[in-house]
Amino acid sequence: MPTPGEAASANPARRRRWRGDTLAPYGFLSPVVLTFLAFMLYPIASSLVLSFQSNKGGITRFVGLKNYLYLLKDPQFISALTNTLLYLVVQVPVMVLLALVIASVLNQKFVRFNGFFRIALFMPAVTGLVAYSLVFKLLLNTDYGLVNRVLALAGLQGVDWLNTPMAARISLMLAITWRWTGYNMIIMLAGMKQRIPDELHEACEIDGASGIQKFFSVTVPMMKPIILFCTITSTIGTLQLFDESYILTQGGPDNATITIAHYLYNTGFRYVNFGYAAAISYVLVLIVGALSVLQFKLGGGSDHA
Amino acid sequence: MPDAATSSSRRKRRGKLAAKVLTYAFLGGLALVSLFPFYLMFTSATLETGEILSASPRLFFGTNLAANWAHLGEKIHTGRVLFNSLLIASVYTALTLFLDSLAGYALAKFRFRGRGVLFAVIILTLMIPNQVLLVPLFTMMNKLGWQNTYWAVILPSLANAFGIFLMRQNMLNFPDAIIESARIDGCGEFSIFLRIVLPSMKPALGALGIYNFISQWGNFMWPLIILGTKDMYTFPVALASLNGLQRTDYGMVMLGSTLATIPIMLMFLVFQKQFVSGVMGGSVKG
Repeated sequence: MPTPGEAASANPARRRRWRGDTLAPYGFLSPVVLTFLAFMLYPIASSLVLSFQSNKGGITRFVGLKNYLYLLKDPQFISALTNTLLYLVVQVPVMVLLALVIASVLNQKFVRFNGFFRIALFMPAVTGLVAYSLVFKLLLNTDYGLVNRVLALAGLQGVDWLNTPMAARISLMLAITWRWTGYNMIIMLAGMKQRIPDELHEACEIDGASGIQKFFSVTVPMMKPIILFCTITSTIGTLQLFDESYILTQGGPDNATITIAHYLYNTGFRYVNFGYAAAISYVLVLIVGALSVLQFKLGGGSDHA
Repeated sequence: MPDAATSSSRRKRRGKLAAKVLTYAFLGGLALVSLFPFYLMFTSATLETGEILSASPRLFFGTNLAANWAHLGEKIHTGRVLFNSLLIASVYTALTLFLDSLAGYALAKFRFRGRGVLFAVIILTLMIPNQVLLVPLFTMMNKLGWQNTYWAVILPSLANAFGIFLMRQNMLNFPDAIIESARIDGCGEFSIFLRIVLPSMKPALGALGIYNFISQWGNFMWPLIILGTKDMYTFPVALASLNGLQRTDYGMVMLGSTLATIPIMLMFLVFQKQFVSGVMGGSVKG
């Protein structure tokens, strides 16, 4: 980079161009920088400050770590935390694996109507979260829902899906899996096209490797960065789950399905306890950060931006 | 032995056939599971709730569409809600495309002080859960008197790192020589961006635009917090307000869901290539 002295000594045309060069990017970036300052960085900082404050009775006081300490003993928060982590630990691996399997099946050379299957499986990802949650509420209706009807046809007993704690959690995970598997599958499919060359498929065929062998010894290792990417984005998404808990189960029965984001919503906007809600949101930040670092380390890094 | 050879190749062929049958059964089953809820949503929109919640439910289209439509109109301002959703999603999309491509261009094609830090900060915000922003944004909007307005929904979501990242990645490939020669011809920096660079970014803009439109259309948590009156509701917020009712009128609710889903479904079917590459933008470099 030329120093100001150098620029000044250059001929006038060059100087003008240099100044244009340096000012233009700032001009181009200013709207984005302003929106980020106002609607991202300021709220992030303000939330942190709020999380050390209490605003009971309209009076704002500094309370140090009290909000955070209280969270540790808050049964509703602990329930929200364990629910969210349960969704994370059970649903994300199942979905990522399922997406990878579906992508490998769909990626076989002989498969026709490829485009149809891709669109069909991806379609749930386009639906609004509220609309699909409402449909799932209908599907999982205890007395008349189709899921229980199919179970009855198979001679199985119906489940009170949305009103018993464990079944309600499973319902939520089923709904999320329906909504997001196709989305991850599309990413995996693109990754496969890019990372696993045709020659490798052919080599496997000549060697007589079975589909399952090929999956574990070629697909999984070659796709590691994409699997890592899908796992991290799904983790971040799951930790922020709100719509499904709010619509499908309303957090119930008895907080059995409530997520961290849903509890944060109730705290901040139903009971108007801003400081406490801010503390909840910072716990979320810490968990997202810690898990992303952990997954990145476990994934052995990645050549992915 | 010729005999053994043919029988082994026959076995191989039979194995291949079995693999094909299994593959199609698997994919067909998945397609059914994926699409059936849509079918149920559409048929239920034309049924009476009594027909939906019954011991012998109808799984085909019925005749109650008009009544459901009338009920829906009593609970939500359907036309207005549609207008709100369309307006918010369109304005948001247009603004993000402009801002993100401006920023992406600057980050891709200029060397300037603070570029690395700025880009790192923007990317880092991808990891920040949006929930952290809600309380301060809510207080801010109230102080400004912007609660329950379109801008209150649109403005905060403009700070969108994904779009900036996507536009930057696409701008990187734009040939420097063209920009240089435009400069030598005396073209101003902004008009280089607007007249020369931007027009060549149509595929990326299409991808990001469709992706952003669909995301904003489904955006729920923030609009739920900041929109207070029925005439300002977007579709997800209006639908959620139906859910709180004592006995859910499923015919009506499914009609509402159908109305919220069909525009976006059509949009996806027409622009699916763009949407999918929008999804991919963040993950797989083209």
